[in-house]
Amino acid sequence: MQIPVEGFMYPNEVELQWSVLIVLYPYITGLVAGAFILASLERVFRVEAVKPTYRLALLTALSFLLVAPMPLQLHLGHPERSFEMYLTPHRSSAMAMFGFVYLWYLMAVLLLEIWLDYRRDIVLKAQTSQGFTRLLYRLLSLGSNNISERSLRIDERLGYFITLIGIPSAFLLHGYVGFIFGSVKANPWWSSPLMPIVFIFSAMVSGIAAVMLLYMLTTHLRTRTIDMRCVDTIARYLLYTFVIDFSLEMLDLLQRIYEADESFRSLDFMVHTRLWTSQVIIQILLGTVTPIVLLGLTQVLTLTDTARKRIYAIAGSLTVVGIFAMRWNVVIGGQLFSKSFLGYTTYKMGFATREGLLTAIVLMILPFGILWVLVKLLPPWPDAGSLPASGTTPAHGTT
Amino acid sequence: MRFSGPAIQTPAHGKNHVFKDIEHLIRLAAVMAIGLIAFIVLRAAVVPRSFGQYGHYRGAAIAEAAAHPISYAGHTVCEGCHTDVVEQKKLGKHVGVPCEACHGPLAKHADDPASVTPPKLDTAVLCARCHEANSAKPKWFPQVVTADHSGGVACDTCHQPHKPRIEDEKTAASGRKN
Repeated sequence: MQIPVEGFMYPNEVELQWSVLIVLYPYITGLVAGAFILASLERVFRVEAVKPTYRLALLTALSFLLVAPMPLQLHLGHPERSFEMYLTPHRSSAMAMFGFVYLWYLMAVLLLEIWLDYRRDIVLKAQTSQGFTRLLYRLLSLGSNNISERSLRIDERLGYFITLIGIPSAFLLHGYVGFIFGSVKANPWWSSPLMPIVFIFSAMVSGIAAVMLLYMLTTHLRTRTIDMRCVDTIARYLLYTFVIDFSLEMLDLLQRIYEADESFRSLDFMVHTRLWTSQVIIQILLGTVTPIVLLGLTQVLTLTDTARKRIYAIAGSLTVVGIFAMRWNVVIGGQLFSKSFLGYTTYKMGFATREGLLTAIVLMILPFGILWVLVKLLPPWPDAGSLPASGTTPAHGTT
Repeated sequence: MRFSGPAIQTPAHGKNHVFKDIEHLIRLAAVMAIGLIAFIVLRAAVVPRSFGQYGHYRGAAIAEAAAHPISYAGHTVCEGCHTDVVEQKKLGKHVGVPCEACHGPLAKHADDPASVTPPKLDTAVLCARCHEANSAKPKWFPQVVTADHSGGVACDTCHQPHKPRIEDEKTAASGRKN
């Protein structure tokens, strides 16, 4: 396959080494971190209004976290070898250490918090279900049916403590992804100490927007009424986070323009040509400025519930697309220009290949499949009964 | 308190009361401990004993690599027999290029020159590996666009690979005339 090259590229720069799957990886981990931060709003910062999304946010974070390493496994090949980073940890490799950050976040934060939060429901379901379902819930309850008031209070305190640890862990998880890119000192498009910070805030933006959309969509599908106080609060936090994220990105841009180092002309040309659509149109105009303006309008104008819902749906959708474009521009954009600053290459994405478009689409659909299973297993709805319909005990409200 | 539904009241049994309230956490800790122990056992079983002996790799790998049969004879072995080529190379730019860099690994030939004969090289392909023009190469390095320069004709039609400069031959020839 002939790759169109403009100007001069070093031989090893012509073909991109990091594909669309490496775009997905920070995108997915960002959604995890963002969803968790939204959940922590209710748990730690006591923002009661977002309570209806608390469990959904946790399950969303888990669904995406389970898929997060898959793009890397597919990109690297030999997934069986990935376990070796736990067996023989290489402490000087930032990428290898990510395995531990991932494991910590999955096992010590997310699974534990979900288990503690759902434990009462799990025990009740284990007591009221039959056959395989009963066995499954028994297994999830670790064979314990202890849901005394005191034990649940202990769970609550422990859960609070875990969320407290979980916030810096979520920052670490996604800041780490930014750190990987930011520390590639040979690449001026990536090498910036602001990179981890920008990644964290963009993660929060995408995660909050994704959970807001999921909440609105699932509530609509369940033919229930959307809690406007909840979505208004989420949208407000989304706006705040977005403003910080956008300011940081603009700060980075202004610094680059003013500094105008030897890479600037080359990068500037790239933004005005190859990245014009994905960066200026999709990421900045459609994916950032438009949602900020839309969300800002909801803060200054008195709008009907329907109008606000529509605005939130549009702003949320544009946001998740915009953040994806941001990941694309970082990962792909950083490989399109020559380190000689004299030429540009083209990214040729395959379709039904190991790192092609089809694989990327499947990987993006997969978390929603996992979420569907988790939602069936552990219903996150505030109005859902704690017990299955076939249960002998009357349903109890949860959370 | 997060839960709003009724909790199942379990009767307190004196000293066991506190234990009962954290019984599920003890179970969780036990599961984690089992997982950790299983990992430690697995690690001990699968990580090679020599791992980390010299660095972040399997120490025994060095001996295993050393035990592989030798493929390259080394240029000094070649030069032991091919003295005419050595003399020729001394006059050209390829003096520093080891024999097997172009001819490939020939330890078997060195061991048994009579029965193992090195294959004939296709210079149209071989020379281009180094001398195909590329802007990334230093300007002083001899390089050509082979399609324009030779059009697929084998390089050794004009160049003698062991002493590649044609001008040298011309100069030598004119020197002989004079």
